[in-house]
Amino acid sequence: MRKILGLATLVVASACGGANAQQVTVKVGVLSDMSSLYSDIGGAGSVAAAKLAIADFTKANPNVKVELISGDHQNKPDIGLQLANQWYDVEKVDLIIDTPNSGVALAVSQTSNAKNKVFVVSGAAASDLTGPKCNANTVHWTYDTWMLANGTGKALVKTGGDTWFFLTSDYAFGHALERDTMAAVEKNGGKVLGKVRHPLNTNDFSSFLLQAQASKAKIIGLANAGGDTINAIKAGAEFGIVKGGQKFAGLLVFASDVNALGLQTAQGLTLTETWYWDMNDANRAWTKRWQAERGAPGKFPTMVQAGVYSGLTHYLKSVVALKSATDGKAVVAQMKKTPTDDALFGKGSIRVDGRKLHPAYLLEVKAPSESKYPGDFYKLRATIPADEAFRPLKDGNCPMATG
Amino acid sequence: MFEILGIPSSALFGQLLIGLINGSFYALLSLGLAVIFGMLNIINFSHGAQYMLGAFAAYLLLQYSGLGYWPALVIAPLLVGATGVIVERLFLQWLYKLDHLYGLLLTFGLALIIEGVARNYFGSAGLPYIVPESLQGGRNLGFMFLPNYRAWVIVASLTICISTWFVIERTRLGAYLRAATENPTLVRAFGINVPRMITLTYGFGVALAAFAGVMAAPIYNVSPQMGSELIIVVFAVVVIGGMGSILGAIVTGFGLGVIEGMTKVFFPEASNTVIFVIMAIVLLVRPAGLFGRRG
Amino acid sequence: MEQRLSDPAADPHALQRSTLRGNAESIGFAIMVAALVVTPFFTYPLFLMQAMCFALFACAFNLLIGYVGLLSFGHALYFGWASYLSAYAAKAWGFTPELAILTGTATAALCGLVAGLLAIRRQGIYFAMITLALAQMMYFFALQAKFTGGEDGIQAVPRGHLFGVIDLRNEAAMYVVVLVIFLAGFLFIHRVVNSPFGEVLKAIRENETRAISLGYRTDRYKLIAFVLSATLAGVAGATKAIVLQLASLTDVNWPMSGEVVLMTLVGGLGTIFGPVVGSFVILVMQFKLAAMGEWVLVIQGVIFVACVLLFRRGVIGEIANWLRIRL
Repeated sequence: MRKILGLATLVVASACGGANAQQVTVKVGVLSDMSSLYSDIGGAGSVAAAKLAIADFTKANPNVKVELISGDHQNKPDIGLQLANQWYDVEKVDLIIDTPNSGVALAVSQTSNAKNKVFVVSGAAASDLTGPKCNANTVHWTYDTWMLANGTGKALVKTGGDTWFFLTSDYAFGHALERDTMAAVEKNGGKVLGKVRHPLNTNDFSSFLLQAQASKAKIIGLANAGGDTINAIKAGAEFGIVKGGQKFAGLLVFASDVNALGLQTAQGLTLTETWYWDMNDANRAWTKRWQAERGAPGKFPTMVQAGVYSGLTHYLKSVVALKSATDGKAVVAQMKKTPTDDALFGKGSIRVDGRKLHPAYLLEVKAPSESKYPGDFYKLRATIPADEAFRPLKDGNCPMATG
Repeated sequence: MFEILGIPSSALFGQLLIGLINGSFYALLSLGLAVIFGMLNIINFSHGAQYMLGAFAAYLLLQYSGLGYWPALVIAPLLVGATGVIVERLFLQWLYKLDHLYGLLLTFGLALIIEGVARNYFGSAGLPYIVPESLQGGRNLGFMFLPNYRAWVIVASLTICISTWFVIERTRLGAYLRAATENPTLVRAFGINVPRMITLTYGFGVALAAFAGVMAAPIYNVSPQMGSELIIVVFAVVVIGGMGSILGAIVTGFGLGVIEGMTKVFFPEASNTVIFVIMAIVLLVRPAGLFGRRG
Repeated sequence: MEQRLSDPAADPHALQRSTLRGNAESIGFAIMVAALVVTPFFTYPLFLMQAMCFALFACAFNLLIGYVGLLSFGHALYFGWASYLSAYAAKAWGFTPELAILTGTATAALCGLVAGLLAIRRQGIYFAMITLALAQMMYFFALQAKFTGGEDGIQAVPRGHLFGVIDLRNEAAMYVVVLVIFLAGFLFIHRVVNSPFGEVLKAIRENETRAISLGYRTDRYKLIAFVLSATLAGVAGATKAIVLQLASLTDVNWPMSGEVVLMTLVGGLGTIFGPVVGSFVILVMQFKLAAMGEWVLVIQGVIFVACVLLFRRGVIGEIANWLRIRL
């Protein structure tokens, strides 16, 4: 049985609280999707990650008291916005973190700005958060659409995948992924042979796949997400797309999606992530603790959940440096000033537009025969350095970057 | 090779066949709805959730008792059908004397519960299920590569649809069923246990949904929300066909699958709305649906 | 015979008590207004404003199901599209809030007219399925249309100045505006229901064939009721977009259609106050459940089932029945 803390507050008080006169109190809210589409990539797993971050941080800094609350925006921007407002005004929350679903994230970002609090985004993908809609109170941590598109597009072209066919989910999100990937592919000398725009929540992809097959493109780019990506890859395995020499490139695929496909079906799929649990010893050790905290030994943390840990840790560091969490803009400025360094994402930095910079990894899903233990999903194909992984500052049109 | 509207005819044959496969699911689901509607006068809103339960049952059978696709194809519908029987006894039987819309509301509530529980226990991303070994691979038909599993889908779906139609329209049991919908009192007078017949019919309709779910498991994403999106399209299929006849449900199911498949080639952006547009047109021309009786 | 979906007429003394009934409704109305005037001082005004928008939405929906007996399972269409157009008009065209709300409302009315023309061709379950299917179609249009911003929605909608004068960024001013809109909508529905037109609607609900035989062109009445309902749902959606300063896919997707049914069902179908109470109950619940996360969907489902099996009259309906009055 999974337990959600909810509005019942968890007080992670240090045992020797009060010993130090300069006690800092911070209240953190994990606003995520607990019950709907994104509950696997964020949700209760994000709450667990936040708890670990708080435990680790207060152990090293006993004079800091961190309270944690969590809430479910149910994928509804109005509920997310109402919760955020109430948290800021009534519950006196200083930081909201995670928040998958770009609609909710953009709304919360504005409120955080208006009320001068801090918002660290891990779950949402919209690159607009550090683009035209950037503000001085928001930090975008784990990933964004531009980085996924560019990372996958560029790295694949460089390793020989130079002809592409796109299956694009026909709405703003899919169009953005397609546009950014196309740009990366063409800039690096690749060619786009064709594309087809399919409606959201399409069940049967075989018709589109036959068109992709006929194009003879080496790479079939999936500019879609969730169920659509899974359906496309399932149909692809059945129609022998991968056996026929074509490869799928997932432009927004999480470990939970790979798990849903099974390696048998997903093998050969290429995708980009900024964090993978099995990448190094630190990640593996953290994953064990996360599984214990989450009460789910068979589950593996996603990059979004790791991002919550990492982002919260850096936030707490900055609050301690300022000895206060009250002025959100000052905290974010401090976060941008200090280089980031934590067990999961290593060393990195936050840019003036709020973009957290770290390397990204091009990964390929293993065949069942190569996978030695549960969760052994990927082999590393390429590492994209931090300065190339994200959208250049000048291309983002963030008002804070220009003046 | 000749071309139609810029598409080679061979590709078009392929797409036609794919549309037919897709239509198999519409046909199976709308058939189940039609059977339930015919007997209980209830639109079973939880049909999508029960379709999802079928797929989940297949997964669980494989995971926990090592039973593969073929046993699941029989056991899963039986299990889910049994839950249908319980649902009918516990809830639905109290609603027959009320406005039919209460049945719709109740089954809608059930759908939410089933989907919510599934999401709590299995997460939202979905579960893996692969094509059974005996049906892997495929054959080249000249104009397209046809995976064996897809061929099986058409065959199985057609078999189930036609046998259901045969039982209901051409056998004595079917005659009782049809008579009981028209005049339950009279049928009861012949010594037939009408309430039990109703219960079993609901169970059968639900089992049909679960059967479709097992069929879908190897090729579509097995997730808690797999049914709720599909069911609305199936509703439109049902409105187009009209609930008048079993045959109507089957023919419209396959037919609309083909039309949707064609749209995916010529105008993919509209492939999800085309069925709704057809529904609007049919309502203007034949309000009772293509095969329906006015009512 | 069959119990109709809404069954206030089950009380045989209803007519004799018409004066009492008038009083009960007045008292109920006074309590509601007093509550809405006082509560913002104690709770979160933004939440109340949102709740009033949903209450109006549910009242509009109730006009159709409670008084004509037509179950629309696609009311998100009018609510959601009105909120998109209102948000877009305010943001992209720089309309003042009252014009933006009017734009949204007009959109909803137009959608209601087209959908109504199609849907009233069938009754009962078919009607529900048709409205649902049409709403799903329009959801896909909203998803694919550029101006709606897909999953991002339309964000940062300016509240603007009412009539170019009153600054609605002031929370109190906004509250008053929403309150006035809500009460006007509520009273309008009350007026419609108790007019001769409303009596014909109820006659259609009870027995459409008889209404036809009495010489009423029932299709026309049903269509007008449908358009009215859609329009008022539009007012609610359009206002909500201005209040919350955003329009999103949530409002136009099918679970929203289900939610409004739930609100009305919980409050009491065919009661004047039921939808208001129901929408507040459901919203408070959703808000509190935000903490319980994973169980939201299940609990909503359980409420649906419980209402259908045990409390078909809903909260207000049960109270009214207990007090033997009409609310």
